[in-house]
Amino acid sequence: MKTPEEFELMLATDVGSTTTKARLFKKKDGEYRFESSGEAPTTVEAPFEDVTRGVRNAVREVEELTGLRLMGKEGIIWPRTGEGDGVDVYVTTSSAGGGLQMMVAGVVKTMTAESAERAALGAGAIVMDVISIDDGRKQHEKIERIRTLRPDMILIAGGTDGGTITHVVETAELIAAAAPKARLGIGYNLPIVYAGNVNARIPVQKTLGEKYALKIVDNIRPLLEVENPEPARNAIHELFMEHVMSHAPGYDKLMKWTDVPIMPTPAGEGRMFTTLAELKKVNVIGVGLGGATTNVYSTYDGRFVRTVSANLGMSYSVCNVLKEATIDNIMRWIPFDIKPSLVSNRLLNKMIRPTTIPQTIEELVVEHAVAREALRLGFTHHKQLARGLVGVQRTMDIGRIFDQKSEVETYLDMMHIDFLAGTGGLLSHAPRRAQSALLLMDGFQPEGVTKLAQDSVFMMPHLGVLSTVHPKAALEIFEKDCLIRLGTCVAPRGIMEKNGNALNFKLDHQEGVVEGDVPFGSIKLIPLNSKSTAKITLSPAKDLDVGTGPGHHLETTVEGGVVGLIFDCRGRPLQIPEDQASRREKLLNWFQALNAYPEAVYERIRSENVKEAN
Amino acid sequence: MAQAYTPGLKVKKFTIVSKTRRLPLPGEVLVREGENVAHDQIVARTQIPGEIHMMNVANLLGVEPEDTNAYMQKKVNEPVKTGEILANRTSFFGLLKSIVRASVTGTVEMVSNVTGQVAVREQNVPVELNAYIPGKVVQVMPGEGVTIRTPAALVQGIFGIGGEAHGELKIVTDSRDETLTSEKIETSCNDKILVGGALVTTDALTKATQMGVRGIVVGGIEHEDVIKFLGSEIGVAITGQEDIGTTLIITEGFGRMSMSAGTFNLLKSLSGRRASINGATQIRAGVLRPEVIIALEDDEARALTEEVDEISGGMAPGTQVRIIRDPYFGTIGHVSNLPVELQTVESESKVRVVEVELEDKRRVIVPRANVEIIEY
Repeated sequence: MKTPEEFELMLATDVGSTTTKARLFKKKDGEYRFESSGEAPTTVEAPFEDVTRGVRNAVREVEELTGLRLMGKEGIIWPRTGEGDGVDVYVTTSSAGGGLQMMVAGVVKTMTAESAERAALGAGAIVMDVISIDDGRKQHEKIERIRTLRPDMILIAGGTDGGTITHVVETAELIAAAAPKARLGIGYNLPIVYAGNVNARIPVQKTLGEKYALKIVDNIRPLLEVENPEPARNAIHELFMEHVMSHAPGYDKLMKWTDVPIMPTPAGEGRMFTTLAELKKVNVIGVGLGGATTNVYSTYDGRFVRTVSANLGMSYSVCNVLKEATIDNIMRWIPFDIKPSLVSNRLLNKMIRPTTIPQTIEELVVEHAVAREALRLGFTHHKQLARGLVGVQRTMDIGRIFDQKSEVETYLDMMHIDFLAGTGGLLSHAPRRAQSALLLMDGFQPEGVTKLAQDSVFMMPHLGVLSTVHPKAALEIFEKDCLIRLGTCVAPRGIMEKNGNALNFKLDHQEGVVEGDVPFGSIKLIPLNSKSTAKITLSPAKDLDVGTGPGHHLETTVEGGVVGLIFDCRGRPLQIPEDQASRREKLLNWFQALNAYPEAVYERIRSENVKEAN
Repeated sequence: MAQAYTPGLKVKKFTIVSKTRRLPLPGEVLVREGENVAHDQIVARTQIPGEIHMMNVANLLGVEPEDTNAYMQKKVNEPVKTGEILANRTSFFGLLKSIVRASVTGTVEMVSNVTGQVAVREQNVPVELNAYIPGKVVQVMPGEGVTIRTPAALVQGIFGIGGEAHGELKIVTDSRDETLTSEKIETSCNDKILVGGALVTTDALTKATQMGVRGIVVGGIEHEDVIKFLGSEIGVAITGQEDIGTTLIITEGFGRMSMSAGTFNLLKSLSGRRASINGATQIRAGVLRPEVIIALEDDEARALTEEVDEISGGMAPGTQVRIIRDPYFGTIGHVSNLPVELQTVESESKVRVVEVELEDKRRVIVPRANVEIIEY
């Protein structure tokens, strides 16, 4: 058997909710590089109900493109044969069939229940509901809810070590009374992870041990000041493989194709975003915009939080984005004269035929409008969990009393986010990279100076799972082939009451010095290629802040990218005119500034505006 | 070549339909393998545990949780009636008495000496499962359910609302392009499954429900009409549980969509026949599409077996397809070419494409992901 250092050909797949993506990596001249890709619809559903069909189809595309033989009758060929067929290692992630769906429970909503939610999300799960003693629901309502949920797994937390036992056992009793059934399969025990007060283990075991696959791990919140999610996360991953994946259609077969545990897609993605943060020693926000979910990751001053927003996605869940965001919020990003009812019909049609792709530019613009809202909503959800531990006693000096953010607010300050990166089919496959940059800017509204990046062809989950067996290869490919630098976004915080210059800049780079102004409400693009860095002096208007306080100068270094250096002076929060004509005019200007869409889009907006004016 | 296209919805004048009827919890199967069953025959039944009611007896009696058992008048597994004494406590030489009475009739399921909670479970609720389709029982899963098989005509819809229903098919529009309005729903539509054209209006749906129409099968519906009919927005496409009286099945998509000629003509040819329909749709995880099943007699089936050729799995020149996205949404044609190389479409995406010759002889290029095979 080869050691990882001897691997030359590595195959990874991601069985997504909509599409299965295969990626082949190869060692060339001592370097690990991305070699080829193949995609096919996921076949978790009827009539196939066997994910390996989709995997075979995706890998077959790779075979066709490379001329290699990677599969045999029994599945992926590994290790490689003497004839050179097959790969050295095969790994896979999965979010098909609904991913890992969990219910979590704790004693206090904002304390142990929130820690449990963070731990489940951290493990890459979709959290269906959070039950706590103080969640405002009556006991019978909670029982009814637990009964109807049918999760893949339950995580119970509650009580610090040596703290309440009664309330923890009460939660266990609620679950026992509800007798929930597992989502997949009939007649197997629902897995439950208990990560609460050590002193409640025996009564919890007594209450749940017989009828459930109960796994007891260290307390998620041993002290109020300490959150310890790792043991719970590890247990979730273990039970995910043992109980959940083995019951999903075709996974029993897929599990035999690889000896590396199948990882939930968000767990794979998250690994690469944390790698980016560690590698660059920066604060990172990452997003995986998928067909069924939007996964947001933040690494901020060493704290990592992952959220998976179930039902916010671009295909299966597109109508939930419509429902949550409302049609008005989607329409504000569409510069064309289209009836809202037509747009909502189209989104419903996308939902019922999730694997279709936009053929016309109008359809593309509509999808991008929805994507902006999915990103915005996903980030709002993320911020609710990216916050300090509630319940911790703090000593407040005078300075902190005035300065400290409330513990219920997010600690994420967009001004201190250095990197904003995206992955997922829509972002990775956007026909122009400027479209991805604009989507990230509109969805997250970065402030100050922020580097923008994206996954080149969607391979972050693949590299995430590969890194469990060959971290060096994963990291090399991530740096060289996966992470595309889009550029740097400079966006002053604040708004100006009157029109005028928002920002003056002086850019000093290889090709000379460029100076300029950016009016408030506009975007300006300065080409600066991926390998370039430049010194920049930013002078914002008196009400605007680029990181040094309102009206203060900032001297820093910026990096280029395939899009370039983007001055986004549209205001923070972003200002979109309510008046139709002005809104369209603004969208036209913003799209044009980045050359985000083909000329036909701009012509149509102009002609529709003229028509409306007449 | 990998298959980068959507498998189509089935519109078949003859196929073999198998339906597995599974109990939500283990129970009893009432039919035997080989037995012929009617659509409304009960094939299996079980008992679903009743509602659970919890009360903190220790708190109500003012005792420590660990002492709860000592005050219980009813023990675990003992039946109890509403108002009966569940637990009591006498203090001060019998002068003070605290009583906890059962709030429901059921069985004491749990007494916790950690929390002081007592759980009483109401009586089990019987659940019966009918056959849904007439046919032969071909498999019995003891304690779990059965599989029933029948030769049938089958139309799969793309989206539905409401659960299983049964009734006679009645065609209420003259063509597949017409709108199914309230005027077309008469008293004779009671208990029927109506087949319409391109669109159903809210008024028609409301009237259908009032008139006791069992189901409506139509090409399309406006999103806003779905909201009006359901009283809420559709978030995720998991349907079938709606309590709306009339099951709705759309065959093409949202908006005005002419029902495909194949679907309309097939249903028209079966007008007056009894059908089993189900609006349940689940696009994600184990795709479930709404369906119209018209069971056929054995001799009909035999005649059709010889007539109908099953098409093979893949897409090839000549395969009939439906385009399922703009700008040609809803149009039908035949595959005329399958270029291997990626092509750039108007949105500037580089994708695998298919050339389709439409019914009006125009040849158009569309992404392969935007067509589905029509399986007649």
